[in-house]
Amino acid sequence: MSGIFNSSIGRKFAMALSAFFLMIFLVMHVSINFTSVFSEELFNELSHFMGTNPLIQGLMQPILIIGVIFHFVMGFILEAQNRASRGSVKYAKNAASANSSWMSRNMLLSGLVILAFLGIHFYDFWVHEMTVKYIEGDMSGLIDPNVADSGFRYYEELREKFVSPVRVGIYVVAFVLLALHLLHGFNSAFQSVGANNKYTKGLKGFSKVYSIGIPALFIFIAVYHHFTH
Amino acid sequence: MNLTLKIWRQKNASDKGKMVDYPISDVSPDMSFLEMLDVLNEQLINKGEEPVAFDHDCREGICGMCSLYINGEAHGPDRGITTCQLHMRMFKDGDTITIEPFRAKAFPVIKDLVVDRSSFDRIQHAGGFISVNTSGNTIDANAIPINKHDADKSFEAAMCIGCGACVASCKNSSAMLFVGAKVSQFALLPQGQVEATDRVLNMVKQMDEEGFGNCTNTGACEVECPKGISLENIARMNREYLAASLKG
Repeated sequence: MSGIFNSSIGRKFAMALSAFFLMIFLVMHVSINFTSVFSEELFNELSHFMGTNPLIQGLMQPILIIGVIFHFVMGFILEAQNRASRGSVKYAKNAASANSSWMSRNMLLSGLVILAFLGIHFYDFWVHEMTVKYIEGDMSGLIDPNVADSGFRYYEELREKFVSPVRVGIYVVAFVLLALHLLHGFNSAFQSVGANNKYTKGLKGFSKVYSIGIPALFIFIAVYHHFTH
Repeated sequence: MNLTLKIWRQKNASDKGKMVDYPISDVSPDMSFLEMLDVLNEQLINKGEEPVAFDHDCREGICGMCSLYINGEAHGPDRGITTCQLHMRMFKDGDTITIEPFRAKAFPVIKDLVVDRSSFDRIQHAGGFISVNTSGNTIDANAIPINKHDADKSFEAAMCIGCGACVASCKNSSAMLFVGAKVSQFALLPQGQVEATDRVLNMVKQMDEEGFGNCTNTGACEVECPKGISLENIARMNREYLAASLKG
């Protein structure tokens, strides 16, 4: 067992495990966000639960952050090793598009765009949440913590973020890149853990639905709130 | 056919190397690509110039010696063939054809279009075999019942000729298709089970030590493989490796 993560296969296995975790997280995230389209109350309740539940805040949130950091750091490590493996002289002519998809060859590019988006996303929501809850000490989730019936603040804050067309534009671009990242990454993760069998064909079909559907829902939510604000 | 060849020329391993243009005329569409290069070399020798060094041996697609990155693809633009099986009818009169050696840190150029692929040999030596007593009491392999599906899959994996097109085509210079095929051909057979754990651990260790990159599942190797070796073999190797790592 020792040394497994020092091997090329072990590193890819670890990369795939973090990808599975993040893909499950995306489903949960979009599901909660989507409630904001049809129920302000449900979205507020779920947001408050996620934002104050000790198990989610104390255990799941740190695991998620570690998972995100690990996925990016391991991606950079693998890319650096792969660049070194290519040698110093490049092909004068390389018809890469004849044998592989753009998505599969540009996971680093799509990953970097997603990383940049995560910076904005963390600034928009996560930093604000951490400041309110753990620095200002307001765990009430209320618009006015001194007024008990002022209502939860989450829905209004979400709506406010999507007023800016620039921010909505950034969201759209980032989620298009996420879709491209997932279109290769979803199946690649299964291949890396050794799952290439009679179910692979069906899985490839499902991966297209997932990889386009999840980012499309995120885009829809942002655009919906922008135009209905 | 009249063609312009852009060929990588490099005097030796330490030379910097460069692309050199060679016009060639009256090329028959029925020639193989290597025969076309033979004609070019005859012309160069007649002119007192150094012929282009390139690897070749059987010239019938089974030895894995011929390589060449032709117009941006390993073994050229056709599918399921080696360079010796590539014919000039795949090109048009007036075409410019770019010919380069397979590029990878683990495949250093020896001269011109010839690369050192002995890293593949060392991976094979690390575990790409089964140990059988051949002292006169050898059991006929056909006496062991083998599931037809597994036998076919093993045979398909064993079709790998170790040419290195997978490495050359991979943007990461990964050798996982080659090693996956060599691991799979034994992993699928009862004769390969005894040494299965050591085989996969040792071959992957050697592969990593040779400086091949990490597989990112682009699938370029499978497309460019002259023998159609499937990505299934990489997945099988991954399973074998992860199971072997747990066993220690």
